[in-house]
Amino acid sequence: MTTTDTRTPLAAPAAVVAGAATGRRRRASYVEPDRGALSTADWRRPAVRHTWRTMHVLLLVLLLVWCLGPLLLLAKFAFTPTADIQSTPLEFFPNGATTQNIEMAWTRYHIGQFFMNTVWVALGSWACQVLVATTGGYVLSVLRPRWAKLLNAAILTTLFVPAVVLLVPLYRIIVHPPVGGSLINNFFAVWLPAGASAFNVVLVARFFSSLPHEIFEAARMDGAGPFRLFWSIVLPMSRPILGVVSVFAVIASWKDFLWPFLVLKDQSVMPLSVYLQQMANVDKGTLMAALAISTLIPIAMFLIFQRMFLRGAGLGGAVKG
Amino acid sequence: MTTDDVVLTKFPTGTGKDRPKPRRTPATWVRRGGLTALLFGLPALLIFGIFSWWPIVSAVVMSFQKTNLTDPAVWVGLDNFKEIFSDPLLPTVIRNTAWFALLALIFGYPVPLIGAVLMSELRRRKGFYSALAYLPVVVPPVVAVLLWKFFYDPRPEGVFNTVLGWVGLGPYSWLNDPHMAMPSLVLEATWAAAGGTVIIYLAALTAVPAELYDAAEVDGASVLRKVWHVTMPALRSILLITLILQIIGTAQVFLEPFLFTNGGPNHATLTVMLWVYQLAFTSIGNRYGEATALSLLLAVFLAVLSLVYFRLTRSWSTS
Repeated sequence: MTTTDTRTPLAAPAAVVAGAATGRRRRASYVEPDRGALSTADWRRPAVRHTWRTMHVLLLVLLLVWCLGPLLLLAKFAFTPTADIQSTPLEFFPNGATTQNIEMAWTRYHIGQFFMNTVWVALGSWACQVLVATTGGYVLSVLRPRWAKLLNAAILTTLFVPAVVLLVPLYRIIVHPPVGGSLINNFFAVWLPAGASAFNVVLVARFFSSLPHEIFEAARMDGAGPFRLFWSIVLPMSRPILGVVSVFAVIASWKDFLWPFLVLKDQSVMPLSVYLQQMANVDKGTLMAALAISTLIPIAMFLIFQRMFLRGAGLGGAVKG
Repeated sequence: MTTDDVVLTKFPTGTGKDRPKPRRTPATWVRRGGLTALLFGLPALLIFGIFSWWPIVSAVVMSFQKTNLTDPAVWVGLDNFKEIFSDPLLPTVIRNTAWFALLALIFGYPVPLIGAVLMSELRRRKGFYSALAYLPVVVPPVVAVLLWKFFYDPRPEGVFNTVLGWVGLGPYSWLNDPHMAMPSLVLEATWAAAGGTVIIYLAALTAVPAELYDAAEVDGASVLRKVWHVTMPALRSILLITLILQIIGTAQVFLEPFLFTNGGPNHATLTVMLWVYQLAFTSIGNRYGEATALSLLLAVFLAVLSLVYFRLTRSWSTS
């Protein structure tokens, strides 16, 4: 039920992988700028230059207002008294700023506790996805037993089944799992289904296929068994793709709403996104502070891992919830 | 591999053919790494088996059953489908979902394309532009919806009403108006998703071979002609894919109608996915069988749609 679950163009992962493997090196040695439709000669012509410069400036203004504007407003609301948010939302602190909203959200509504729940959800989903994707990819691309083709086909098929079909049957499995009691209000109810991401397995399997097989042969000659090969050769060589998968996994579980809303109902396990929905009707200032706090981590992650995000989104990420 | 076989059968050299075939016993299977392969395959087999393959199969089974998830399910044949098709809400729900998908295409399909083409011509700060465009995609969807819900405040003091008031428009009632509610939802959904599409197009644009532009220049093509005759055709297959993916995504929209309006006002924003949720998990429900039947219908429709789509556009995308 995570967003990475959703359908993705199958041609894309190979391209991500190629980009992930060589992107940094190529960028460093690339001297000439990539050319677009405009040539250097075009840029020298005043008419062309002025039109495109103007369009670029306009685009920048639009992006600032449309994409950054709402977030800046949210940041401002977090420090504005509720009365001012309600009556003059666009004025710049007409009656001064306050930190009371943040304090309320943190102490009275325990945002921190739900924040930690989200962190647990994200970490567990990440671990489960990485485990399934790396071991599965290893079987499909390196060990290649007879049944690998069948497994590959079965995993690929799930890419074409829309998430909507899984909702009710998956809920039934969580309520009555094959072993043990109901998993409602248990983190495993989110962690385990998150692992069933065909997209991840395909991505990692294609990356493993692109690794030089001579190295595997050499390692086998030196007496490395399949476990050693996996742990000491394949995994360390797969850092770029594991980075992409990890960022996807963490962001997807951070964004997920419907599934945790259905299975993590108790406040002791409820993630932030579900709790925010319950807070919708509290005092506006507190709500805005809570919203701002829950946006901070993903934005910070984005700014730190920017290149990984954009690379992943560019080629793998026609992914929409 | 076929050529090898042919050679071997024509000229039996004694290397492969004459060797007696080893019998496959459990012991040889283990020695050849069959067991380790199975061990490594276990996480994928278990997780996909229990949380992907089995639910897909049981979705089909459940759509023919009545169940409350605790008592044994009762086989009811096509009753669930009959009830869905005779429900007076069905036409409304289909119309709303189609309307959402159509509006999302109108708002969200051309804008990222234009933005990406403009951005790909940047000589500097391309990274800054794309980071800005991508920023809303990182915001948790619940946060985005709740924030925009406040922007859509119907009072004259609401954020959007204030801004529109500067140019003498409004105040509008946004989400409370049955005609404006859906476009309002789509506007927020576009805000949240457009950045991802921009990045996809940008990536595709860097892959356009520079020689094509050089060749066009030799032929004396103007800038606009280069964009139209070189850039656009190069983007064609990715444009076709994002179109169908966007339709598949928006047909399953849940979060916006659920959090903004909960299907209201007067069912104006009740979409298929929200109805599935309501049938299964709210007080009108525990109608799990019907919910599954409805979700299955949507999935089959989307599968048929994509098949037809790829058939129709096949010749067009590979040229």
